[in-house]
Order: sequence, then C-alpha cells, then structure tokens
Amino acid sequence: MGPVTTAILAMGGLGVFLSILLGVAAKVFFVYVDPRIGQVADVLPGANCGGCGYAGCSDCAAAMVEGKAPVNACKAGGASVAQAVAGVLGISAAAAEREVARIFCKGDSARAERKFKYMGINDCRAAMLVSGGDKSCSYGCLGLGTCVANCPFGALSMGEDGLPRVDDEKCTACGTCVKLCPRHIPKVVPVSQKAASLCSSHDVGKLVKEICEAGCLGCGLCKKACPEKAVEVVKFLSVVDHTKCTGCGKCFEKCPTGIIQSLVFTVV
Amino acid sequence: MEDYLMLVVSAIFINNILLIRFLGNCPFVGVSSSMSSALGMSAAVLFVNVLASLICWILQKTVLDVFGLEYLQTLVFILVIAALVQLVEIIMQKVAPPLYRALGIFLPLITTNCMIFGVAVLNIKEEYTFMQALVYAISTALGFNMALILLAGIRERMDSTARVPKLLQGVPICLITAGMMGLTFAGLLGLAK
Repeated sequence: MGPVTTAILAMGGLGVFLSILLGVAAKVFFVYVDPRIGQVADVLPGANCGGCGYAGCSDCAAAMVEGKAPVNACKAGGASVAQAVAGVLGISAAAAEREVARIFCKGDSARAERKFKYMGINDCRAAMLVSGGDKSCSYGCLGLGTCVANCPFGALSMGEDGLPRVDDEKCTACGTCVKLCPRHIPKVVPVSQKAASLCSSHDVGKLVKEICEAGCLGCGLCKKACPEKAVEVVKFLSVVDHTKCTGCGKCFEKCPTGIIQSLVFTVV
Repeated sequence: MEDYLMLVVSAIFINNILLIRFLGNCPFVGVSSSMSSALGMSAAVLFVNVLASLICWILQKTVLDVFGLEYLQTLVFILVIAALVQLVEIIMQKVAPPLYRALGIFLPLITTNCMIFGVAVLNIKEEYTFMQALVYAISTALGFNMALILLAGIRERMDSTARVPKLLQGVPICLITAGMMGLTFAGLLGLAK
C-alpha cells in the first residue's frame, strides 16, 4: 500500500469517525429550542441596542418567551412591538407607560461657572480626562454633546445655551445617552412625570451657590412644601417620586434659587 | 520545577504567541475593539487551547507516531480541532448553558485560529512531555490573553480620546499599535529560549 492510499484511507476514516461522533453527540445532547424565540426575535427591531438590559434582541426574545421579561421589555420598539410580541406569545399586552430621557442639569453657559477654558476634542468623555472637566460643578453637564452625537434616533439636539434638548416624539428611551454620559446627566423617566428637580449635584448648598445659579441647594423646602410627600432630599439633592407627584406646583413656589421654573419642569 | 517556570515566563512574555510568533493575529485585530469581547475571547481561547493541544498531543503519540503517519499531522490536527470545538459546543449547550452563553460566538470563531493549531504543532516539534505540553498550552493562552486585553484597553481609550487621522482610523491604527506592542516585547527577546 503506497503512502497515497494510506493517506486517503486514514483521512477518510478519520472524517467518517468524527462525523459519526458529532452526529451522535448532536442527538444525545439535543437541546430543545422554543420555536417562538425565533418568531419573537423576528418581531423585535433587531438593532441590538441593549436598552432592555439583555445582551441583544435574541437574548431579550428568549427572556420574553420564558416569561422572565415582560412583552414590553423592548423600549426602543415601543407599544407596536409589544403588541406584536404579545400576538406571537398569545397573551395580551398591558399598556406600558412610555418613557423619555430627561437632562438633569440646568446649568447653562450663562448660569454655571467654568474653571478653565477647555480647548480639546469635542467630546464630553475626553473633557472629563482633563482634571475632571472644565465646569466648576463636578456633577453638571459639560455641554460638548456626546449624547447628541450618539443618539441612535436623532432625538437630542444641542441648545444655544450649551445644554442638550430632548425631542419627546423621537426619544425611545433606549438609554444610550444614559450610558454614554460620563456624568450621568440624562435619566430615563416616565413621560407623565410632572415634576422633577433638574439638577444632579450632590454638593452642599454653600458650594452650589458659589458655582452655579441653577443648582439644587438641598435645603429641603420643597420636601416640606409637598402635600403628597413625593419629594426626598438625598445627599443634598432633591428627588421627586413620580408615583406620588400630582404636579400641584407647591414646590415650585418654595424653591429658593429663584429659577424654579427651570428647575422643575411640567409635562402636559 | 525551574524548567516549568522558564516555560511559563517564556511563553507569556518573551516568546509571546501573538507579539513575537505572530500566530492568531485575526482575533487580535478583530476582537480587540472592546474590552468585554476581549475578555470573552480570552476565556474561550484558554479553554480551547488547552483542550485542543492535549488531544492533539495524545493523538500524535498514540496514533500518528505508532502508524508512521507523521506526514498527515497538519491535516489530522486541523480536522480534529474543528470537530473537537463543535463537539464541545454541542455538549456545553446541554450541560453548562451559562458557560455556553458566556463564551457564545467566540467558541466557533476559535475553530480556525492559527494559534490553537500552532501550539499543538509546537508541542510536538519541541518534543514536550504531556505535563510540559499542558503547561505550555496554558501559558501561551495566558500570553495571548495578556496581549489581547492590553490592546483592547489601548484601543478603547484611543477611540474615545485620541485624534486619529481619518485615513488611519480603525484597523490601520490598530495594526500600528499592535506593531509597537510587538517591538516593545521584542526587547525581551533572548532572555529565555
């Protein structure tokens, strides 16, 4: 037997042996995959944005089929996708509250001080590397528009005053801006939330007063004024509980920074 | 004992499989764009590298050498590694679903990684014993992981902060960075065999 025949026989034998091995293994270790997972994944947007908290659309679909995630878990898809998923799974979709991103800072270029003039790359994450950003307030929006540039739905725009604006109609609450912002200024809140303290500063009141005209002092007057007990002061920053807030506006009147209309927004 | 220590240090730092031997450079460029995928790839490479080179070592000593089929080494190793990774994937999906999800896409990607095959062949060429082959497989994988994670860290930082000229963005600047890392590690050459 020449080396050619040996080689052909050996490799052929090995190939047959391995294919049988793989075939048997595929039968023995067969894993049943719910066909509905594929159907749900087809209905989802397929952008793999990660806004739902899962590794991707197919992961989210698996969680939905297993009942670990609600049918409206896909934030980017909204109500129409939730309906479609519910249709595939044969259950009714509870109407989910739509959410939008809000910018939790009102310290625009006129009202918030800056420590120095930043002349580097036009990106908030780069600016953060230069002694923590040029803004005197270490919690405030740097205003270089990393969120604006990276919004996958074009819902953010940079205002004249150096603060981003959210277009409620376009925002899908995917959370990309929340993740990208080095200072975590944007937050995703229910669209119906009536009042919020639009500041992210945990500095003490005295310091806030020195560096920003639009900062929360943490004085707690809003907490005392609120008839629904919806306001809490957490580390010198007032936080509104949207489940309790009725939007009566009592806190607006009490806020001592004098720019209360801009600190608390009203959504109709 | 000293031999093993030398083997480990040599495989990780001095004769780094990626930076000095230039094996497995596709994942080095392809998977290093983010730290999370680099970590996933690292774990998968460690796992497959050890498994594949040991199976190939056994195969070489018990089949190829015995029947005088050494000239089929390349073909047999490639076939066996590909089948082995498939087999592991099938079994893992059933037995250890969390591990399967964690390694995910990286496992089949490694099937055709030249580094896995390279280590299997080097084990034979250097005439390592079984223990030496085991230690060598672990240390080369660790060297691969170190280089991959270092590059991923550099690239993540570079993407967000560095002003890379437009024609160098992406893969070109990554190759330049990898080359510089290679030069740095080349400074250690000669410290060990």
